[in-house]
Amino acid sequence: MKEKEIILKVEDVSKQYRLGLIGTGTLGDDLKRFWYKIRGKEDPFLKIGDSSDRNKSATSDYVWALRNIDFDVQKGEVLGIIGKNGAGKSTLLKILSRITLPTQGQIKTRGRIASLLEVGTGFHPELTGLENIYLNGAILGMTKAEIQKKEDDIVEFSGCKMYIDTPVKRYSSGMRVRLAFAVAAFLEPDILVIDEVLAVGDAEFQKKAIGKMQDISKGEGRTVLFVSHNMASVKTLCTKAIVLEHGSIVFSGGTDEAVSYYLKGGGEVENTKDFDEDYDKAEFKLQNISVYNSGNKVKDVIKESQDIEVKTEIFVKSNTPENLHITYHMTNELGDAMFSFSNHKSGAPLKKGENTLLCNIPAKFLQSGQYFLSLIVVRDRKHAAFVERDIISFTVVDSSREIGEYMGREPGYIRPNFNWSIADD
Amino acid sequence: MKFHQDDNWLYTISAKRKLIDFNFKEIWQYRDLLVLFVKRDVITVYKQTILGPLWYLIQPLFTALTFTLIFNKVANIETGTVPPFLFNLAGISIWNYFKSCLTSTSNTFSGNAGIFSKVYFPRIISPLSSVISNLLRFLIQLLVFIAFYIYYYLNGAAISINEYIFIFPLLIILMALQGLGLGMIISSMVTKYRDVKFLLNFGVQLLMYVSAVMYPLALMREKLPQFAWLVDYNPLAYIIEATRYVLLNEGSFSLRGLAYTSLITVVIFFIGLIIFNKTEKTFIDTV
Repeated sequence: MKEKEIILKVEDVSKQYRLGLIGTGTLGDDLKRFWYKIRGKEDPFLKIGDSSDRNKSATSDYVWALRNIDFDVQKGEVLGIIGKNGAGKSTLLKILSRITLPTQGQIKTRGRIASLLEVGTGFHPELTGLENIYLNGAILGMTKAEIQKKEDDIVEFSGCKMYIDTPVKRYSSGMRVRLAFAVAAFLEPDILVIDEVLAVGDAEFQKKAIGKMQDISKGEGRTVLFVSHNMASVKTLCTKAIVLEHGSIVFSGGTDEAVSYYLKGGGEVENTKDFDEDYDKAEFKLQNISVYNSGNKVKDVIKESQDIEVKTEIFVKSNTPENLHITYHMTNELGDAMFSFSNHKSGAPLKKGENTLLCNIPAKFLQSGQYFLSLIVVRDRKHAAFVERDIISFTVVDSSREIGEYMGREPGYIRPNFNWSIADD
Repeated sequence: MKFHQDDNWLYTISAKRKLIDFNFKEIWQYRDLLVLFVKRDVITVYKQTILGPLWYLIQPLFTALTFTLIFNKVANIETGTVPPFLFNLAGISIWNYFKSCLTSTSNTFSGNAGIFSKVYFPRIISPLSSVISNLLRFLIQLLVFIAFYIYYYLNGAAISINEYIFIFPLLIILMALQGLGLGMIISSMVTKYRDVKFLLNFGVQLLMYVSAVMYPLALMREKLPQFAWLVDYNPLAYIIEATRYVLLNEGSFSLRGLAYTSLITVVIFFIGLIIFNKTEKTFIDTV
């Protein structure tokens, strides 16, 4: 066996963002920074700043999206990067793919890095499918000669052969995605950085895409950095994994250990929200909303395979509590409204004083993915006394699929577990 | 452990940056992308229009016609022995080249934020491609100019090209560099302050009036001597005047002026490059 070679080295990488206004938001800070810089001193604002935690309100204007990230990747390794929303995955990807620079630290590489943060970047609607293959391929870093060589394979893989000379604006969205993924699938960089682009297209195409991904990472011995919410695909594809939390690496090691660390919820998650005096209204005071698996703690990761509870703590001041009820609207990560649910005519009406309402969403009903709840407090069954869009968000993960099973996200918004039986003759 | 463990890296991503950090090798690697961008710009601009590429010609022709009516027929601006229409067409064509380079380059970051936030390639490819696609457009307009030139010549107008015609390509390059340089400065400012975009729209229009597009340089010196410096020190006015001089043998020309203009152009271009370089690395955090 050849000795393993380190192909990518991430050294002490940090990224700072300024909250609110950007850059010259304060001229004073900019000048101060400039003055330190021309004297060759360290930026004074790099010393302050909170770690990135979206629940806490910031005590400083500067926030660290990433802090002291250190890891090596060996040639041929498939590294999974897992973490909840806001853990810094996207920022890390952006730095790795040179879209933005780190504030501190450096990344050294021995190979060409290509990133797939999105499929179909730069597609022009007026150009034909074939022209877009060339354009998109070149944007992703391929040369014309390389694309020419793979042209037939790409067209074949996309399944859009018939329409290849038609402008892409006439394509269905599914066809567009297939074409885009086909280009990406034939990218051959030394190091491939992939965001969760697996969840694209229809089920049939997904299978093809995942198969191709497995070929890339396993068969062809490519170095891949893979970011995903889908624990099942991380487990299948990756050889090593790191877990990010609030901008720092909290776990690094084997894939199985990393996944179970993540699922156990190594730290707090953002599935709970306390409300301050802004939510103290004339008729009620909203106190807390939490979403969690029944029987688990609030800080644990929410799994698809267990019941999900939505807990609402609300203090009702109105003397006619029977006229009030609460309604939630649920939207998915694309912003599509999925359904609404309410305690109206349920066994849990609002009473005057403290209320702690529980709503149970059965296991295997929600797909893995991110969801947003909007809260509406309704008066007299028709007036909205209070509305807040996306008052809380939570992520449901799919943790339980066996290796060898279909790894993509199932199509559709929900994934109910219907009863199946064998008919008696 | 291999002996080359700590050196021999292909490249390093870090916060440290040089003032001008220009990787020509990398730009060369992405040359196919440059070509494809140019192709995209040329093909898609007039898609789904009836007249298509004719629009390239209609706009300068009608502007030249309007200028001729207003400035030459109504306001009686003298253009020497040269037919006014031809005089205006020459000025407008080269001015339009500058204007389109400037406006498309200054839109680099805000217009491409979608692509730039998802994938890396040398950002300079984007303004370079618009400078080249605008050049193609300019060359088409030049062909029309030549057609009118021949028409007027056959009809006995006293026009001839000048022996300095060989510097014409240099004038075009200077114009491109001016547009690119100023555009890069503005594009970086637009990422932070959107106001600049509005300023640009009418600023370009004002700039046209002090750039000797529709009048000879000499006329300004004669009629408004107290403002003539505005035009005299304007490198754009110089290039436009020189263009008319080499194409139509009308106006003034001096090698000292050419040297001055080239120097200013190079300075603007490098300032643009430095600012662009600084902006391209983190602009995605600010758009």
